Amino acid sequence: MISIKNLNKNYGSTVVLKDMNLELGSGRIVGLVGPNGSGKTTLLKILAGLTSDYTGKVLIEGSEPGVDTCAIVSFLPEKTYLSDWMRSVDAIDYFNDFYADFDRLKANEMLTQLRLNPKQKIKTMSKGMQEKLQLTLVMARNAKVYLLDEPIAGVDPATRSLIMDALLKQYCEDSLMVFATHLISDVERIFDQVIFLGFGEIKINEEVDRIREKYGKSVDEVFREVFSCLVSL
Amino acid sequence: MTDPFDDKSPIYLQLVIIFKEKIANGTWPVGGRVDTVRDLAVQFRVNPNTVQRALAELEREKLVFSERTSGRFITSDEDTVRGVRDHLANLCIREYADRMSRLGYGSDVILKMTEEYIREKRFSDNRGVREKGEEKHDFD
Repeated sequence: MISIKNLNKNYGSTVVLKDMNLELGSGRIVGLVGPNGSGKTTLLKILAGLTSDYTGKVLIEGSEPGVDTCAIVSFLPEKTYLSDWMRSVDAIDYFNDFYADFDRLKANEMLTQLRLNPKQKIKTMSKGMQEKLQLTLVMARNAKVYLLDEPIAGVDPATRSLIMDALLKQYCEDSLMVFATHLISDVERIFDQVIFLGFGEIKINEEVDRIREKYGKSVDEVFREVFSCLVSL
Repeated sequence: MTDPFDDKSPIYLQLVIIFKEKIANGTWPVGGRVDTVRDLAVQFRVNPNTVQRALAELEREKLVFSERTSGRFITSDEDTVRGVRDHLANLCIREYADRMSRLGYGSDVILKMTEEYIREKRFSDNRGVREKGEEKHDFD
């Protein structure tokens, strides 16, 4: 589904992604974890076709990220981009017009699941509510690839559980979901596989249960160990 | 739902044990239908492939079986279910015995302490009842 070969990306003299190689198949939920500034967002933006000044080869279903792949890639950016005046229903209409794979039924179902009021204006929503709405819009597409940048960072633990339930319910079984987060302990059980990113490099890329088997610890604990080491270096 | 998972061992193995417990104690009744992978993933808030893997293990052990069109079912063989229950009980006992021996107790002492504990517990349960009875007598 996704194939990355020798990917390099700099911002000026700062190296963000360093000679990365990665293959990801369909039917999987992949956790992309790493401390702040490790390159998670940059990688997702490249996959979403929003950043193109990189070197190396990136292919999604055989095409370079761009107009072609937008039709099959559903991206949840870290920042809100919805207009203030809209209500949830307007945002759903907007997405429905824009994406051929948008599933209105799924969107309405998810609004209910996440306890959002369809008639509420975005302007009057809390940050957490806006995040839930945005996630609804992104997940309601029947896409092949979902790229979620920190979908649970801004919400309380109860809402986090609600969001995870909704993700597990709505997730299409033959799609690929890449889920960037630094809150690992809350979500590691929904991942097939976790990629640890540190300073633009892949430190660990392994099945969650393999990590637990190998280290006798949760992914969260291994993460803390790997990265406290890196920081102290 | 309280969190039934620990942070150390593979999640699919923990799911296998959890599912076996449900079969052993009849929460998943003999011959009954197993929930879909997605439903179980949502219920336990785990990855669907992990559920799949745990169910495959149960299938391998003949505790559940797939019917091509109608889904997965729990075995109707009560002996198999009893076998699982005994197996889980043995795991408990082994863990307990191992911990006791790590504390430095020999088999004889472990047996004696266990017997005493159980008798004591029974005794105190009975005594509890009797005391209540006696209290009533006093009031009479």
